[in-house]
Amino acid sequence: MITTAGKPADPAFLIITGLALNAFSGVPGLFLKRAAAVGQKLATLLAVAGALCGLAGCFSAIASGETESFLINWSLPFGPCEIAIDPLAALFLLSVFLISGCCAVYANGYWPAAKQPATSRALSFFIGILSASMALLIIARNGVFFLMAWEVMAVSAYFAFTVESGKVEVRKAGMLYLVCTHTGTMALFVMFVLLRNMTGSFLLPPTASLSPFVPGAALVFFAALFGFGMKAGIMPLHIWLPAAHANGPSHVSAMMSGVMLKMGIYGIIRIISLFTPVPAWWGAVVLGLGIFSGVTGIVSAIGQNDIKRLLAYSSIENIGIITMGIGAALIGQSIGNQTLLFLGMGGALLHVLNHSLFKSLLFLGSGAIIHATGTREINRMGGLARRMPRTAPLFLLGAMAICGLPPLNGFVSEFLLYFGFFSGVKESTAPALLGMGLAVTALALIGALALACFVKVYGVAFLGLPRSAEAEDGHESPWQMSAAMGLLALSCLAVGLLPRYAAVLVQPAVFTLFPSLVASGSNISTHVPLDVLGAIGAALIAAAAILAVVYHRRLKSAPQASAATWGCGYLQPSARIQYTSTSFAEMLVRLFRGTVRPRYELPKISGFMPASAGFSSRIPDTVLDAAILPVLRVTGIVFSFFRRLQNGEQNLYVLYIFITLVLLLVWIH
Amino acid sequence: MSEFADQLLVLVMLINFLVLGSSRMAIAIRAVAVQGVVLGMLPAIIHSFSWHLVAIVIGMILAKGVFIPWLLFGAMHKVQIKREVEPFIGYVSTLLIGAITTALAFVFAAKLPLAPEHQGLLLVPASIATTITGFLTLTTRRKAISQVIGYLILENGIFIFGLLLTSAMPVMVEAGALLDLLVGIFVMGIVINHISNEFSSIDTSRLTALKE
Repeated sequence: MITTAGKPADPAFLIITGLALNAFSGVPGLFLKRAAAVGQKLATLLAVAGALCGLAGCFSAIASGETESFLINWSLPFGPCEIAIDPLAALFLLSVFLISGCCAVYANGYWPAAKQPATSRALSFFIGILSASMALLIIARNGVFFLMAWEVMAVSAYFAFTVESGKVEVRKAGMLYLVCTHTGTMALFVMFVLLRNMTGSFLLPPTASLSPFVPGAALVFFAALFGFGMKAGIMPLHIWLPAAHANGPSHVSAMMSGVMLKMGIYGIIRIISLFTPVPAWWGAVVLGLGIFSGVTGIVSAIGQNDIKRLLAYSSIENIGIITMGIGAALIGQSIGNQTLLFLGMGGALLHVLNHSLFKSLLFLGSGAIIHATGTREINRMGGLARRMPRTAPLFLLGAMAICGLPPLNGFVSEFLLYFGFFSGVKESTAPALLGMGLAVTALALIGALALACFVKVYGVAFLGLPRSAEAEDGHESPWQMSAAMGLLALSCLAVGLLPRYAAVLVQPAVFTLFPSLVASGSNISTHVPLDVLGAIGAALIAAAAILAVVYHRRLKSAPQASAATWGCGYLQPSARIQYTSTSFAEMLVRLFRGTVRPRYELPKISGFMPASAGFSSRIPDTVLDAAILPVLRVTGIVFSFFRRLQNGEQNLYVLYIFITLVLLLVWIH
Repeated sequence: MSEFADQLLVLVMLINFLVLGSSRMAIAIRAVAVQGVVLGMLPAIIHSFSWHLVAIVIGMILAKGVFIPWLLFGAMHKVQIKREVEPFIGYVSTLLIGAITTALAFVFAAKLPLAPEHQGLLLVPASIATTITGFLTLTTRRKAISQVIGYLILENGIFIFGLLLTSAMPVMVEAGALLDLLVGIFVMGIVINHISNEFSSIDTSRLTALKE
């Protein structure tokens, strides 16, 4: 079908093979009803082979720095179908293949077919389809083809995370997700139709070929921002995200948060790249959305008591950081600040990769915790570090990475962004100064709050004493789970310690997006002292190792006594006197109660020897509860007359068909 | 020859009225059977002789005149229903609507940009009138069996139109249409059975219980 046949070692060939292997990974399992375990092993093998193939393809595509495109000889009703693999696509494909491979391995321990024979088959199948469709949409260059892949992705993600559809909250989350994703897709339909009107074909035009000043261009921009932003989870379009991430199996959450959200980012970047230098206000809009999303996301995350909801809000925050980088790059492009352009886009793209690494690691870690304790409630955990000696350090590593601490990968990408923003602060023009000043402050605020947030998660879940019988009985997870997490943790460490090579991954993608930069002769490492970053990381590790050795020596020689952690000198300490997730976050939540609106159910205690009382706290989603649901309720009332059309009378339905037919005839006549 | 065809078409339209106006299920089924036989003969009259044509004619008459009515009678006996049609709208009103739509079909057909050799024929108005009768039966009758009858009449209307298009209809096309119809009847048969099992009646208005 492909008119230009690829050589066997061709990156495109490898990537498409990887894609196909992923797509079919779950298929054999569907026919092995009796031997679900065999099916799962086969699925894992195929998915891992696909991931390896795809990764090899991605690396060689990035190394070559060239764009390969193929016209598929397929008579779509909407014109020829083109696929293309450029460094930008390869960068996003990298996380698709890496995370899907890790999740396939992880599933063997987390969702073993022996225990869940019915759902594991469906799960492997839909996860395979999900990763293949994401890879497909990244390489699709025809609007209609893109939308097909997009829809397959949306629907397969739905089936993957609602696999436990017996639970009410899973079904509710699924419904919310479906409504949101289709609202977003509607905007994408509008966007592709507008693009077609501008170019005359559904094929995506080459980079920097459209003028952003023709009528309709701004509409394309906003439709892209809405449609893709809905998928990426940019505030206030994030409403589907916490429930969907919290209620699915953890490796599906990892796929969704680590990879699927990035498809929204990919879409935004790709669509903006079609235009010649865009006006500064486009950048300002994107930057503003990023700041809002980042700050509100992390503030909402702090108050959460459900570990996966917390991680989901933290994804919103990270998407915000990425969006800020994109916005800054666009501003840099329009004011001609090359450092800002380089580091904004480079930092954003690197953060895309990094977030997919550490957020998947954390979601897989949360899966390990849920596997061990059977609860998502952080307030019921505690003391897990002792019970899960492999998971705890891996989770800690992920948590440090997401807070942007050296020597891990989050630090590198956030450092690029800081550096870029500061170069913008030096600008003389007032808007750039204002925007970048805000961005720097916001990024610093986000970093600090993220640190507080993950100190809370790690401290409450892993340290201290178990707060419940479930946590007491916690146990380490099977090796498949630890292996998958270990690989991700290693990747985090590698990017953090070798920032120069990470920049090499991102560099060609930045050049693809802004071809004019190639002539400038500079690259990311000429703007930032990347080697110094790596050296700082290595020095930190060395220092930490020395400290650890000294500490161990001292510990051995010192007298030892055992007592409860955080016993604080009480004679009879109980696990209940420890800080809980709620109490740890209470002060910060109270500071931001204008945005997060916590709900506390306070106990009424009166008299001597009061009866037992309960306290509970909950942080509902402000946007969903305060804005969208009321609007939808009113809409539902206003349009209730439509519901009469669906009255269940078969005869009337035939009448509708007849009336439509007559109207069509009249219209044509 | 075409005069005889026109007379047959008038007969088809009269049968339409018979179906719309009759209150007994059995009469409606027989009327549709007769309509099928008449329509089955039409190609033989319009087109010149060929073995292929003979096969079509015999197939049509067997399917529409014998097999499907036999199925319908079987279904009627099996589900033990009252032999009445039970319309939503009264017989007189349905007949009136049928008459008006038939008249409108003639007006509409006159306005259609047809090929000159088709202009004088009754084929087009008869086809439109029969199709609309099918729709009317579908929308105004309550029982699932009358819906099947509605589909049959609808298909008959389409068949009449098909006579226009090809001088010798390819076997495949005709066989396809017949097969569609048969499958449709079978599906409806299954639906009827299920409705009657589920609601102990084959009144399709009971299906409203299924809406959200």
